[in-house]
Amino acid sequence: MIEQRPSPERTRPSAALDEARLRQQAIGVRLRQMFDEVVNEQVPEEFLEILRKADERGAGND
Amino acid sequence: MGAASNIPRTEADDNAFKRELVQLIPHLRAFARTLCGDPAAADDLAQDAMMKAWDARASFQMGTNMKAWTFMILRNQFYSEKRRSWRQSQLDQEAAERTLVAVDDPEAPVALDELRQGLAMLPPEQREALILVGAGGFAYEEAAEICGCAVGTVKSRVSRARRALHAILDEGAYDRDGASAGDAMRSILADAERLSTVR
Repeated sequence: MIEQRPSPERTRPSAALDEARLRQQAIGVRLRQMFDEVVNEQVPEEFLEILRKADERGAGND
Repeated sequence: MGAASNIPRTEADDNAFKRELVQLIPHLRAFARTLCGDPAAADDLAQDAMMKAWDARASFQMGTNMKAWTFMILRNQFYSEKRRSWRQSQLDQEAAERTLVAVDDPEAPVALDELRQGLAMLPPEQREALILVGAGGFAYEEAAEICGCAVGTVKSRVSRARRALHAILDEGAYDRDGASAGDAMRSILADAERLSTVR
């Protein structure tokens, strides 16, 4: 039987890598959250109003 | 002026375009907010971009990526306005810090606030690349098209932005009212863990 010895030297670098990856993921999650926060806001009525006016103006001109 | 377009646009074309444009408004607002910081200025920018897109609708090919197209319009609008007003500055540290004050929102949760501050400290081209790819859901190729640069350039900007942001948040380089270093990162990590378990 081959004995499996634990080798902390080998697990350590990958653990550090995992942590770095986790941190980057955490920033990514936050970044999306920050963006989505605005995406999920109610669109101010002004936007639709402006677009509607432009539409009417365009139709009148053609 | 009689510049006649070869294919006459129908009302149905305009309606289809408008429906798609309306759906993009929330995304345009979010992108504008990341560029301007100030919500009112951001909404002005988003409205201008929306109108520019509407006016240019004849040049848009339905079925192609309208989100990327409108983002490109918004970005161009932002940079042309900026050139007019402050003659395009290399975002120096001092300017970044002045922006931070304007961005500061006492209601916002701490980590999000600090993420915004960290973002504000990045060079603008790195910030926008990271936002487009990391938050806007664009592929590197699409982000390159929006920014008018090579795909490889976007990739390197995103990776530099990630590293810099990580360092800023980790070291507490944003220096906020003596908040201790690493607090923002810890709080972000805690939140991310909570969010990932919800998923």
